[in-house]
Parts: sequence; structure tokens; C-alpha cells
Amino acid sequence: MIDRAGARLMRKLRPWWFPVVALALFEWYARTLGKSSDAIAPPSAALGGFASAVSDGSLLSATAFTLGSAALGLLLAAVLGIAAGIALGLSPRAARLSFLSIEVFRPIPSVALIPLSMLVFGFGLRMEFSIVAFACFWPLLLLSQAAVRQVEPRLLEVSQMLGLSPLQRAVKIILPAITARLFVALRLGVAVALVVAVTVEIAANPHGMGYAMMIAQQSLNPGLMLAWLMWISVVGFAINFGALTLERSIARKMGQVT
Amino acid sequence: MTVAGNTRSARTQIDSARSLFGATFLLFVIIFLWWAVSTADWVSRVFLPSPQATWVSLVEGLTDGELLAFSYATVSRMALGWVLASVIGIALGALIGMSRTTRAYLQPTLEFIRPLPASALLPLAISVFGLSPAMVLSVVAFGAMWPVLLATVHGFASVPAQLQEVARCLQLSRFTYAIKIGLPNAMPDIFAGMRLSLSVSLIVSVVGEMIASQAGLGQAILLAARSFRASELFAGIVLLGLIGFASSALLAQCEKRILKWQKS
Repeated sequence: MIDRAGARLMRKLRPWWFPVVALALFEWYARTLGKSSDAIAPPSAALGGFASAVSDGSLLSATAFTLGSAALGLLLAAVLGIAAGIALGLSPRAARLSFLSIEVFRPIPSVALIPLSMLVFGFGLRMEFSIVAFACFWPLLLLSQAAVRQVEPRLLEVSQMLGLSPLQRAVKIILPAITARLFVALRLGVAVALVVAVTVEIAANPHGMGYAMMIAQQSLNPGLMLAWLMWISVVGFAINFGALTLERSIARKMGQVT
Repeated sequence: MTVAGNTRSARTQIDSARSLFGATFLLFVIIFLWWAVSTADWVSRVFLPSPQATWVSLVEGLTDGELLAFSYATVSRMALGWVLASVIGIALGALIGMSRTTRAYLQPTLEFIRPLPASALLPLAISVFGLSPAMVLSVVAFGAMWPVLLATVHGFASVPAQLQEVARCLQLSRFTYAIKIGLPNAMPDIFAGMRLSLSVSLIVSVVGEMIASQAGLGQAILLAARSFRASELFAGIVLLGLIGFASSALLAQCEKRILKWQKS
């Protein structure tokens, strides 16, 4: 009885062994061999750095800036991308006409636009969310186009029979039919938005979590830098997990088994 | 029958020629709009150079060899990082994916690190390795390894039970099992991961060049923007778009050829 409970506990603990051992080794290394290094710090120092970032308020403001610009960019991309995707999904002719232009602009890596948007907007929120919007626009466009193509044809015939206008058709028939697939696309967009936002901050924009991490590195404060690295991965994990949960609950509500 | 087939194929040929013409026409309309907007000065020339100016900068940069050298540096950084990432990712992924126990211990940690932006490792790498080409390459390889690694783990973990039984009956060694059963089964997943990691490696290469001042297109476009040389900036963006397009088209061709056996 006790043995079985113990075995179950060991099973539950299995995911924790690797990170705990790795962190302990790192702590040991940073305290002994790498003691004089300016480049790394033990995880305990990262905890101290985290506490200082919490207490001086920089943690909250930087996180809010990064998440805010990621969300704003994703929102813009979602509105434009889903609207364009529905239009292209409904009209095969429009899709044929625009595929070449899409294939020309889509492969431009989003980070290539960092210097351009720096030139146009200067540093700040607009520069960052415009790049996020560009990066998220393409997957949302293509996925919502594919979603519309998979709508049951009989639903479209119904809308024709009822004599709905194109706008009514999009809002009353198409949107409800593709909701579950749209949330899959949005979950992907959330992941892209967060990565691009942090990347823009690391490369150029002097705001947010990425910049806070760069500054910690440049001021030779490895404890604070590691604290930011850990915080960025925790935030990224939490947000992706939340998006996945939302997607699954929407899919269940829309009656699709995933 | 053949006549009908011929006319049908002729008609689809005409249709596809017509839609290709339409698609090209739309692209030219967009370029014309770009020309009109820049010539009419609706948008400041500081931000938006005319298409001709961009073209001139592109041709000049390519003929005097400067842009060519930058493109070569970026492409080789990206390609080397991607190859390293693929080799390491497939090997590690096979090791982790083959054993249920290893997966139970490691997969949660891998899933936790997955959403971390690769570029967030740049500050750490700078403080450990300094501002060197090897630093950028290591971050490119590490960041691009992730999609391949996770896809390989998934591909090896999802080998059908019957195939696993066959392997047990034949008493295959672990290595033979990985080569003959695991790898073919994981191939579509691995290719999907490699496609993702190709774009990651281009992005991280460009960002790395920007912040570590390594010669390459990333550094070139940042310097062009800082000195308000918009046409050179656009030429660099065009080249980066071409690199992204060409590399993914090349990989798609390889994938089609290698995965041909799966369709039949």
C-alpha cells in the first residue's frame, strides 16, 4: 500500500528531476569554478535579481509593455488577416489573383523590418506592434483562408438561398463555422507575437523585457540577466498554456472533438 | 475519350496561364502603387524610396560586391546553423524519443523551454562567449534546434505498435531500430520541424548580426537605416525576402523528392 503510493509519488516527481539537478549543478559550478566570472551567476543570485526587479517595479512595467505591444500587434493582424482570409477563402478568383503577391511578401523575415519601422516610427510602442502585426498577419491570413475553404458547402448554399448579402454571409454563416479553426490560428499567432515582441526589444527597441535583459547583460549583472531569462520563459509558457486551454475549450463548445 | 481529355487539359492549361497572368498583373499593380506613392511624395522619401532607387541600390550593391558579400555571410551563417541544428536535433530527438522513460523525465522540461524566443539567449551568449561570429552561430544553432528536436521526439514516440512488435520479433538492435523504423516514421515530422527551424535560423542570424555587429545583411540594413539611406535599406530587405523565399522553396523541393515513397 505504502509502496504503491510511493511509486505514484516517484512517478509524479519524474518531470522535476532534470531541471532540479541541472539547476543544482549550475549553482555549484557558478559558486566554485566560475566564481570570478562576470558572465554567469548562480541561480540563487538570479532569485535576488528577480526580487529587486519586482520591488523596483521594472518587472511589472516591462512585462506590461511587452505583452501590450504583442497583444496590440496580434489584434491588428487578426482583424486584417481574418478579414482578408475570409475574402480569399470565399472567392477562388481573388485567391488566384493574390497568391503570387502573398508569396512575394510573406517570406520577408519580420526582423528585416526592424530598421524600417525604427526609421518610420522611432523607438516605442508603434514600432514594435507594427512588426508583430506583420509577422502574425501571414499565418492568420493563410489559416483563416484554409478554414473558410473547409466550410460545409451546404451552409454556403443555404446562405445563397436566403439571399444574404456578402457581409451578412461572412458574419452569420462563415464566422460561426470557422470559429474553432480561428482559435487554432490565434493560438499560433500568440506564440509568434510574443517571440517577435521580445526579439524586437533585444535588437533595437529600448523598452520591455528583452531590453531589460540586454541592459542587465551590458551592466554586467548576470544575476538580473538570468532572472529576466527565466521570467521571459515563465511568461511565455504561461501565455501559450493559456492560449492552448482557451483553444481547447472553444473547440469543445463548438462541438468539435480534438 | 482522349479528345475530351486533351481539350480538358488544354483548357486547364489556358486557365492556369490566365490565373498566372492575373497574379503577375496584381503584383505589378502593387509595384506601380509603390511607385506612384513615392513619386507623388505622399510618403516621405526618407522612409519610402522609389522602386527605381531601390533597384539601382540593389544592382550597385551586387555589382560592386558589397551586398553580395553580406548576403553570402548571412546565408552561410544561416545554413551552417541550420545544418548543425538539424543534425543535433535529430540525434538528440531520436535518443529522447525512443525511450518512454527518458521522455517522462525530459519532455516536460523541453515543453517548458519551447516558447522561449531564441533571440532571448543572445544576451546570455554575449556574456559567455563575447561578441564573436561563433557566438551568433551557436545561438542560431541552439534556437533552430528546438523545432527539429521536438518534432523528432514526437515522430519517434508515435511509431505504430505493430512496427514496434515487428522490431522486437526481429530482435533489432536499438541503433538498427532507430535507422530502419524510427527515422522513416519520423521523417514527415522532422521535415516540418526543419522547415520551421530554417526560418528561425534566418531570423536569429539577422538579429545576431544586428546586435553583435557581425558583417551581414542584418548589420547592413541597420546601418542603412541609421544613416537614412532608405534605398539601401530596401535593397537589403528585398535580398532577405529572396533568401527566405529561395531557401524554403529549395527545402520544399527536397521534401517532395525524399518523401515520395510515402504517397504510394
